Amino acid sequence: MTDLTETDPAAGEQVVKRFMYVNRKAPHGTVYALEVLEMVLISAMFEQDVHVAFLDDGVFQLKKNQDPGRLEMKDFSKTYRALEGYGIEKIYVEQESLDDRGLAAADLVIPVEVIGRAAMTELMAEMDVVLSA
Amino acid sequence: MLHLVNKSPFERKNLDACLKHAKPGSAILLYEDAVYAALTGTAVTDTMTGAAGTFAVHVLEPDLAARGLGTDRLIAGVRPVDYGGFVDLTEKASSVQAWL
Amino acid sequence: MKYAIVVNEGPYNHQAADSAYQFVKHALDKGHQVLRVFFYYDGVFNGSRFVAPQSDDRHIVKRWAGLAEQHPVDLAICVAAGLRRGITEEVIAPGFRITGLGQLIESCIDADRTVVFGD
Repeated sequence: MTDLTETDPAAGEQVVKRFMYVNRKAPHGTVYALEVLEMVLISAMFEQDVHVAFLDDGVFQLKKNQDPGRLEMKDFSKTYRALEGYGIEKIYVEQESLDDRGLAAADLVIPVEVIGRAAMTELMAEMDVVLSA
Repeated sequence: MLHLVNKSPFERKNLDACLKHAKPGSAILLYEDAVYAALTGTAVTDTMTGAAGTFAVHVLEPDLAARGLGTDRLIAGVRPVDYGGFVDLTEKASSVQAWL
Repeated sequence: MKYAIVVNEGPYNHQAADSAYQFVKHALDKGHQVLRVFFYYDGVFNGSRFVAPQSDDRHIVKRWAGLAEQHPVDLAICVAAGLRRGITEEVIAPGFRITGLGQLIESCIDADRTVVFGD
């Protein structure tokens, strides 16, 4: 599917695909948010074009001041701050999803690019691989 | 892009989220409990009738049959496919997004 | 066409494992290749050797193994998700193997299509 992939000349025949990790679920109630994050971190090793999207209840994953330690559960919200260090910088949060939940960009643990639903739609349509949970 | 939806629209919002993010003309496959969205005479029939005009909406017939439903109750424009058709849809689309 | 498949849910509790199996079976029947079925989240339970359904029910674990016997499909269980749930080398069924998350990303790169089955 050469029409879907780009070849990076510097990396020889290395295939670079557009990956998107779609987060639509809130943290803690289920394990998905944590295990998607683990998947995102591993993907950083593959030199792919990685996009991480937060929409619907997924935006709650980035809420500041989470304290799941109160429940003896793991606090992985701090790990989102490490993404940049792994070279994962394309992090998108949907504006409408924030608005619907009474949140703003200032409520989030990391700086993100807030985009509207129409832009999210366009972005999703451009992906080669969409991994959701 | 092919969008996969597998949740009942009466219980969860996955289908709603999909419809809000799918580009006009893209393919949608309703399977597992999402097949309930493909029927006439329900609270989502009007929405899905509209969706069938905007998107290429398909429903997985074996999932309908498993639930005691026939293709006679399908909304006009919703196309039944079998598992072979499901595979063909993934082949035709440039990528696949599961709305979980 | 080459496929990478991801299974996010365990057997019996959710239809995802059945849907994924049916999809893989029909893709293979059509002559497509399925490079890898990657079991993540509770999907790791698809590879438990201790699964023992009633005799009149399908055996989801053996059904996967049967596919992999007939076709070059890699049945890969995520090590991290597995450890978290007690699915380790000692308890996996014949036909499955335990591997890292990197193998998931790798199969998505190598495949023409990635299809995720979950909740």
